[in-house]
Amino acid sequence: MKRVAVIVFPGSNCDADACTAARDAGSDAYFVWHRDATLRQADVVILPGGFSYGDYLRSGAIARFSPVMTAVAEHARAGGAVLGICNGFQILCEAGLLPGGLMRNARLRFLSRPAWVRVEQPDTPFTCLYERGEVLEIPIAHGDGRYVVEARTAAELEATGRVVWRYVRDNPNGSTNDIAGVTNAGHNVVGIMPHPERRNAPALGGQDGARVFLSMEARHATQHAVDVRARDGRHLRV
Amino acid sequence: MSAFRVEVRVMPRAALLDPQGQAVEHALHALGFGEVAQVRMGKHLVLEVTAATRDEALARARAMCDRLLANPVTEDYDVVVDGAAPR
Repeated sequence: MKRVAVIVFPGSNCDADACTAARDAGSDAYFVWHRDATLRQADVVILPGGFSYGDYLRSGAIARFSPVMTAVAEHARAGGAVLGICNGFQILCEAGLLPGGLMRNARLRFLSRPAWVRVEQPDTPFTCLYERGEVLEIPIAHGDGRYVVEARTAAELEATGRVVWRYVRDNPNGSTNDIAGVTNAGHNVVGIMPHPERRNAPALGGQDGARVFLSMEARHATQHAVDVRARDGRHLRV
Repeated sequence: MSAFRVEVRVMPRAALLDPQGQAVEHALHALGFGEVAQVRMGKHLVLEVTAATRDEALARARAMCDRLLANPVTEDYDVVVDGAAPR
């Protein structure tokens, strides 16, 4: 059972859904307030969707300086798994833990509807139970979802398999190369614009998103994650 | 020490699509302002910065832009102190 810290920022509104989805997958998930300095021996960190700090200045620009983000960056640097969903993806980009940035949707409208994404990279802690090429129906709900990245970095992401999900059928927001989610060089930090926590049970209209959370449990604990827990002052047996 | 009025202008990168600027441009055309083109829309922030010199206020404001006020991936900025352009 993995320990999953769901960070709560002022303005987060998908924190309870993300926590429930992780628990449904068998994780020991709990909330961490953004002013806390410790992740309480987390194996996995989830930055949930919402509108942290009202999206003032830029989406995620202020949340990235919340006290807890120091611990999140340290966890990520040590190889610990981090998932940013929607606003969480925006925060990870603002924090420099993922490349690129998210700008206003190309057609300006806030979009709240199903979207279809293809799994491009199953080798991450959040996609290891998917097959490459699988197409998933997962809802989007965002105004600032257009993924933008310098051409050189985009080429590097493509060449090194760091595009994790790509929109298919249509590109809802004008994202570069139809990118819906990316990962860092170590494949331990992952950002996704759609909301897998909203599609993890038949009662929610489908369960294409469930394996994002089940993957966390399926993945073997890395040496890095153990190191992080030891550094937090208490060494937990996996 | 003196208080300097600092103005920061943050604009989306020229190479990037600016849908807000485009929407404003279309609205202006619809109102008959056909001479308008290349409308781009950004942010304008006005700060009061206490510093020993004008150059120090400028340097501090630039540091604020690099750290928080502008996103280097998506935006460019310029800074004006006390209404005069920086040297």
